[in-house]
Amino acid sequence: MTELLCTRATAIWVLLVAATGLSWALGTNHGINHRDASVVILVVAFAKVRFVGLYFMELREAPLPLRAVFEAYCLVVCSLVTGMFLLA
Amino acid sequence: MSLSLRNPEAATAPKRRVPGEEGTWIFILGDMCVFAVFFTVYLHSRGKESALFRTSQETLDRNLGALNTVLLLISSLFVVLAVRAFRSSQRRLAPPLFVAAFACGIGFSVVKGFEYHEKIAAGISPNTNAFYMYYFVLTGLHLFHLIVGLIVLSILFRFSRKPELTKSQYAFFEGGACFWHMVDLLWLVLFPLIFLVR
Repeated sequence: MTELLCTRATAIWVLLVAATGLSWALGTNHGINHRDASVVILVVAFAKVRFVGLYFMELREAPLPLRAVFEAYCLVVCSLVTGMFLLA
Repeated sequence: MSLSLRNPEAATAPKRRVPGEEGTWIFILGDMCVFAVFFTVYLHSRGKESALFRTSQETLDRNLGALNTVLLLISSLFVVLAVRAFRSSQRRLAPPLFVAAFACGIGFSVVKGFEYHEKIAAGISPNTNAFYMYYFVLTGLHLFHLIVGLIVLSILFRFSRKPELTKSQYAFFEGGACFWHMVDLLWLVLFPLIFLVR
């Protein structure tokens, strides 16, 4: 089992849980600028999506066109969602 | 055609390869695009009624949303480890790891059911206002994906107990694991978007 856990995906998982903690702290804290915190939360969310794709779905080792489509999705949807939030 | 599964295609495998079947990726990426449209539609509506969305959002339990995020992340790790175990000399660990992933998925459903029960008991329904309509529809659609994912996980569990898989079964095995990660991935955006962003 230890051998199985010794992988980059496990380190990424720790990072994902820590990022979830950060987003939760920003989202529940009442003493901060919600607009700025929300932008950070959204960008962190799409960074997490990218890591899940690359390391859990193994797209890091996928043919470049498939990886490029996924990377483009993360970038475009993150920009769209963050932009729409800021313009609202 | 049967394959010995210790390391399928090892002799001819190029360094870069598609996990699962190409058709699975058309489905996964298509589904992700549909949800991307939902994200923007939600934000568009939020922009028109920001005060209503903000006050309604305050009634959601952010701790339960975070708990569900962690449950799905744990389940995803179990699936990653199960796939690794299946490909390695530790194949006997794969079935219990799929069971653990399945249990986390059930845990997510139970928490979501509790959330829905709380809302409905308080007289809140999708008809209450636009925010709750999006809350129920988006989380409900995600829950539907999760239930499909649980069925997929039960098939992967069954496959992981077989001494060998056919090529198409192995492709389903990898593609099914990716589908489960997509369920996790969609929640990673839905949770902050609906519960946290103010």
